[in-house]
Amino acid sequence: MLRLTGGANQIVTGLIMFEAFASWIVYDLADMQGTAPGAALHFFVMDVTKILVLLTLVIYVMGLLRAMLSPERVREFIRARSNVSARFMAVGLGAVTPFCSCSSIPLFIGFVEAGIPLGVTLSFLIASPMINEVAIIVLASVIGWQTTAIYVATGLTVAFVGGFVIERFRPERWVEEYVWKIHVGETQRAAPDVSLKGRHEYAASQVREIVGRIWKFVLIGVGVGALIHGYVPQDFVARIAGDGGILSVLGAVAIGVPLYSDAVGIIPIAEVLLGKGVPLGTVLAFMMAVTALSLPEMVILRKVVQWPLLGVFAGYLATAFVIVGLLFNALKGVI
Amino acid sequence: MKYVKVLGTGCANCKATVKLIEDVARAKGVAVNLEKVENIADIMAYGVMSTPSVVIDGRVVHAGGVPDRRKVDSWLGNGSS
Repeated sequence: MLRLTGGANQIVTGLIMFEAFASWIVYDLADMQGTAPGAALHFFVMDVTKILVLLTLVIYVMGLLRAMLSPERVREFIRARSNVSARFMAVGLGAVTPFCSCSSIPLFIGFVEAGIPLGVTLSFLIASPMINEVAIIVLASVIGWQTTAIYVATGLTVAFVGGFVIERFRPERWVEEYVWKIHVGETQRAAPDVSLKGRHEYAASQVREIVGRIWKFVLIGVGVGALIHGYVPQDFVARIAGDGGILSVLGAVAIGVPLYSDAVGIIPIAEVLLGKGVPLGTVLAFMMAVTALSLPEMVILRKVVQWPLLGVFAGYLATAFVIVGLLFNALKGVI
Repeated sequence: MKYVKVLGTGCANCKATVKLIEDVARAKGVAVNLEKVENIADIMAYGVMSTPSVVIDGRVVHAGGVPDRRKVDSWLGNGSS
């Protein structure tokens, strides 16, 4: 326990470094303290450096440990399970398996072919973009462990329940015919290189791949966050986000659904919204709507399932996010 | 002659992988028979679920993401095989 606290302190000390760096650049060198552009720029420098450094470190360490699961291994894990434990596994593994949305199709087909129920597959697809271990660590260091724990627990619940709810609609009838006929082969695979050098190369390639994919989201997310931080007055935000009632939550979901960002890119926006006093439930609903529902992924999934299933999928998620938002806004003061 | 297949449904990473292999092969002067496999059923027949993947002489050597240049270098060997 003592050691854990020591580690946490070190992390906090490390994070203050980014703030000091931003203060030095923006306040000392550029002499912009006390101005709106100064505040925005300070936020931007601090969050971009903090998030990119953390992102690189976390992905590298995960890569070194080979802690990242491939969809192929997840499939092997889940297929051998009974129904209920398969559901838990799908949600949990979805949260730790980073996969590019361009792999959604093979993943979907692979799961279906393995006899994994559609609901379980959909649970995996919901959990995966919303939560991953990299986003969890960045989120915790930006907005704190408590809020992060709430986000993760809620996201997992939404994914878990989603499988059950969508199954009630008998989604099998909306899966394209050809999907059922595909046979997944077993080809001999090269064994992974587990020497230190091989691990380093793998970790470095993971950093390149993942940071290369999501740095744009980080820049846009921090940029928008910085503008809100510097230029949007607090009472304006409070008026728009309201008291956390149904309109504020519906609005957050309605704005979040058409937008898409990687889970890491949404973090600076969540940080600034919480800082401006937007209620937690509204922020959670917004984050989930932005990360879990994306038009590009819908278009990709359309190749394997028909529109009605995508409609049920999107409808369930939007409803679930509204419920999450209302629930946590109502609990305000309790937690 | 190496038989190389790049499995992928035409995403940007898949194209980058094809180009990388072409480049390395040309730089090394290795003869390769490079084939793009874009049909999803054919891709799945190799048992991979993350793309782009690379198959060399019937063996999946890489799955999920653009491979490292040095890795491609080692797959193509010194041209004697």
